[in-house]
Amino acid sequence: MVKFATLQLGDTHAAEDAVQEALIGAMQNVGSFGGRSAFKTWVFAILKNKIADELRRRQRLVEASTLLQESEEEAMLELFDSRGFWQSDKRPRRWADPEGALHDAQFWRVFEACLERLPARQARAFIMREFLELTTQEICTNLGITVSNLNVMLYRARLRLRECLENHWFQGGEGC
Amino acid sequence: MLNCRKATRLLSEAQERPLKLGEKLSLKMHVLMCSGCRNFGEQIKVLRRIARAYAEGADETATPKEQEG
Repeated sequence: MVKFATLQLGDTHAAEDAVQEALIGAMQNVGSFGGRSAFKTWVFAILKNKIADELRRRQRLVEASTLLQESEEEAMLELFDSRGFWQSDKRPRRWADPEGALHDAQFWRVFEACLERLPARQARAFIMREFLELTTQEICTNLGITVSNLNVMLYRARLRLRECLENHWFQGGEGC
Repeated sequence: MLNCRKATRLLSEAQERPLKLGEKLSLKMHVLMCSGCRNFGEQIKVLRRIARAYAEGADETATPKEQEG
């Protein structure tokens, strides 16, 4: 949970605070909690709200000029040839059994490693959108960027993540 | 005719907003002929599914599988 929060908030102290608050919140309201099996899910839901609150409060402004860093652009370009078509060794292949991966602890370690490899801002945008399910407007306000900036960041995050997962998990998964 | 860079960009944006008719048509044409972009389109949907499962703590309930030799 601390890892999850750290990725999102960008520093460990804020993350530990959020997790602690979530746990305290859970303890205080434990009377209102029913079944035991979903306890983790329940605490996670509280944590998600804490993080979203914290992010809304921060409203940090980012200079748009730092968004489109040359190095990022270059890294992305390696995927495609000069005409904008997939390089033959980078072309996405079929993934075997993505549903099964969700139940495999090893897969989640690979996923976390791939997430950590993303440039920080891309990771944050991706997590806000896909984990916390914030709206486009909320994310843009929070990061101080435009909608098209955000779309580019999400696009790059997806390109990188899918490539990382394919290289480290889904490749060679067939046949077993 | 779209290239793969533009096609994947549109596929990503389709997760964020409804595409315009023209965008949809040219994307469909491209994806029919391009297995790489077809796979990409499926995989970013899987990515969303993975991310949401993770946010719900699926990683904590997953079971370790036996390592291959």
